[in-house]
Amino acid sequence: MSEAVSLYEGGFADPAPAAAAAFRGALEALARPGRIERFRDCRPPVGMSPGAGALLLCLADADTPVWLPEGAEDVAAWVLFHAGAPRAVRREDAAFAAGPWEALMPMDAWPVGTADYPDRSTTLIVELGALEGGPPLLLSGPGINGSVTASPDLPEGAVATLAGNRARFPLGVDLYLTAGEAVMGLPRSTRVETG
Amino acid sequence: MTNANCDRETGADALRREWLGLLARAAPGALGERMDAARAALGDLPPHRWLRTPETGSVMLRGRTGGTGAPFNLGEMTVTRCTLALDDGTVGHAMVPGRDKAHAEHVALADALLQRDGSRDAMQAAVLDPLAAEEEAAAHAVAAKAAATKVDFFTMVRGEDE
Repeated sequence: MSEAVSLYEGGFADPAPAAAAAFRGALEALARPGRIERFRDCRPPVGMSPGAGALLLCLADADTPVWLPEGAEDVAAWVLFHAGAPRAVRREDAAFAAGPWEALMPMDAWPVGTADYPDRSTTLIVELGALEGGPPLLLSGPGINGSVTASPDLPEGAVATLAGNRARFPLGVDLYLTAGEAVMGLPRSTRVETG
Repeated sequence: MTNANCDRETGADALRREWLGLLARAAPGALGERMDAARAALGDLPPHRWLRTPETGSVMLRGRTGGTGAPFNLGEMTVTRCTLALDDGTVGHAMVPGRDKAHAEHVALADALLQRDGSRDAMQAAVLDPLAAEEEAAAHAVAAKAAATKVDFFTMVRGEDE
């Protein structure tokens, strides 16, 4: 029966300090796009990275439905128990969405906020293979002094998609790119070009 | 405790909701005595381990005017919750009003034992039935006290027409 209880396990071993540290990391990541933050404290469920797990534990709650790809029932049950966040069935209901890049596309399907409430958008948590070693990108915008180079392992065509997201500013979605414990913030305000 | 992963409520869920409510509403002391009685009936209670140790926090209570209006926030309530697993993997949840951690532990343990075929009947007899009887008696006592103060208004003939 150890299978049956596994969804109840993991998470933060010492919730209060770990959640505070993760929240700080989540803020830093969006404030300094392109810089890599590390989230070491979270034991995630099978099929989710420690970085994505820590982000959901400190950001998601009962008022923020989390969208997950099909087949992620175990992850959804884990998120429900540990964060109390329900699973969003429709993309337009999602406050957060976590999954690989392909599963989260097309970008247009997510709420981008409204002119009066640009915060009513989805925050995407994109699970990648690595945040280094991919095609080099040149990032600029708020939080970046001049420009900075990042090389997350994004698929082809991602730069155009991200540029489209930037073009809608102040509307648009914010992204966290995760790979293992590493997390990189890519808010809608960041300009992304091929480096 | 949210049950949102159950799309529709089955008979078992309704039953479980009922006993979780009964256990959570019970006075902590009375439940403790009942659990001692269950211990006597079942022999030793099976060992359990924590999946979530008792933790106290607040939940927002929401209401709807007349049960059908737009939902509004009624106020916050202090609750204590915990989750444990028996040695065979049965999981028990608890969320109780107040900050009594022993109360939460008793409810979670009772919830797990009530789900097991081997201990359900003994728990029903030792814990649930007496608590339900006590709750009903208390409700009756309140209703009787209220009934004793009932005033029947009637109008006497005032004779103004004369």
